Parts: sequence; C-alpha cells; structure tokens
Amino acid sequence: MGRVLVRVQPDDFDVAEELDRLAALPGVGAVAQFVGVVRDRPADDPASATADAPTVVGLELEHYPGMTETALQSIAERALAGWPLAAATILHRVGALTLGDRIVLTAAASPHRHAAQEACAFMMDRLKTDAPFWKRELMSDGAARWVAARATDDFASKRWDP
Amino acid sequence: MKILYFAWIKERIGVATEEVSPPEEVGTPRELAAWLAKRGDNYAAAFEDLEVIRVAIDQQEQTLDTPLGAPSEVAFFPPVTGG
Repeated sequence: MGRVLVRVQPDDFDVAEELDRLAALPGVGAVAQFVGVVRDRPADDPASATADAPTVVGLELEHYPGMTETALQSIAERALAGWPLAAATILHRVGALTLGDRIVLTAAASPHRHAAQEACAFMMDRLKTDAPFWKRELMSDGAARWVAARATDDFASKRWDP
Repeated sequence: MKILYFAWIKERIGVATEEVSPPEEVGTPRELAAWLAKRGDNYAAAFEDLEVIRVAIDQQEQTLDTPLGAPSEVAFFPPVTGG
C-alpha cells in the first residue's frame, strides 16, 4: 500500500526534506522528482525573441480550494495504482511568487528507477491538464496577463491514457 | 445555488462568488451561463466565448451540457494552467 502526500500552500517547500523522507521509506531504491520554477520568459514566448522584450518578474497563482486538493489526491493515487511505488508527493504553491521561486514539486519513490521516473512524469503531465490552478504573469513593463492553456500540455497528458 | 468564478472570468465579472436562483428552465451549465450573461455587460463579456470556459458542478468537472440537477455549487473557469 502506497502513501500519498498532497499539499497546496502559499509557502515554499523544502525539496531536500521531502526527498529525504521518501528515500527513507522501506524498500525504496529510487526517488524521482520534478520541480517547476517561475521562468523569466513568458509562457507564450518561452524562447523569446528580442533582448528588450518584457520579461516575467512574478506570478500570481489561483486555485479552487477543495477541488484542487481533491484533483491532486486523485492524480497521486492513480500514480500509486499504475506503478509499484512506495509513495507519491505533490506540493503546489499558490498566491504571489517571484522570478526563480519554486512552484511545484512532484516526487515518486519506488524500488527501481523506471517506476519512479515514469510516475513522476505522469503526475506532472496530469497536473498540467487536470488540476484547477490558474497562472497570471506579471511582466517587467507592468503588464499582467492570464496564461493560456497549451495544446502541447494536452498531448503530454493524453499519452498516459489507457 | 452558489456560483464561483476563477481567473479572468472572475476579473471580468468583478466578484468571486455569489448566490443565484435561476429559473427552472435553466437545466445545464450552458443555459446557466446564458442566463447569467443577461445580468450585465460584465457578465456578457465573461461568457462571450463558451469554447474557452470550463465548468465544475459540485467540484466535479463536467461538460457545459451536463444536466445541472440540484447542485450546491457551480464553478466557471478557464482551462487550467498550473504547474
């Protein structure tokens, strides 16, 4: 029986602490993790363009209290059902974040690496399409705009469909 | 029923949540959105393109044509962009 840890919080999280906790579980030989951070280039132009193009200086992250936690719990539980995991963790921040801040951690622990790596990727891909969060980018020129959903995220999520 | 709005839908309408009592003939989220859109220009602007709006009934994501039933809350939001 696996173990799920899911949290939605304004505060930062300690990646090392979370990974150490997973690594210490009985039978664990692999811990895979993904950390998403606030990027300087906007979502609609990540490679960006000209040197004087406005850059991202912060994000505001909104969620649907209750539904968001349920969605993350469901994603982590599906990871546990799909791979031989000792544990799965999803932590996601909300509220005001600045450039370079951590946004999200997905982590999976298993006896061997492939299950951990695949489950970690699965959780992140599904989070992108299934968990109710909305990002607003705050730009260096003072503008702010809601990030649009990306078709590539839909494709990435669908590859896990049975 | 309680209605919740998120992200730019909330911004356009100007409130995050409200209690409404739609008439009986409002049976789906699509009909609810059309009914809400008549409440003012801000609502009309929020619901002008239903293609980019998602809905949850009692915190379960549904289609715009799912029967509403008698929900305690209905949420309208854009496609999600977390992570």
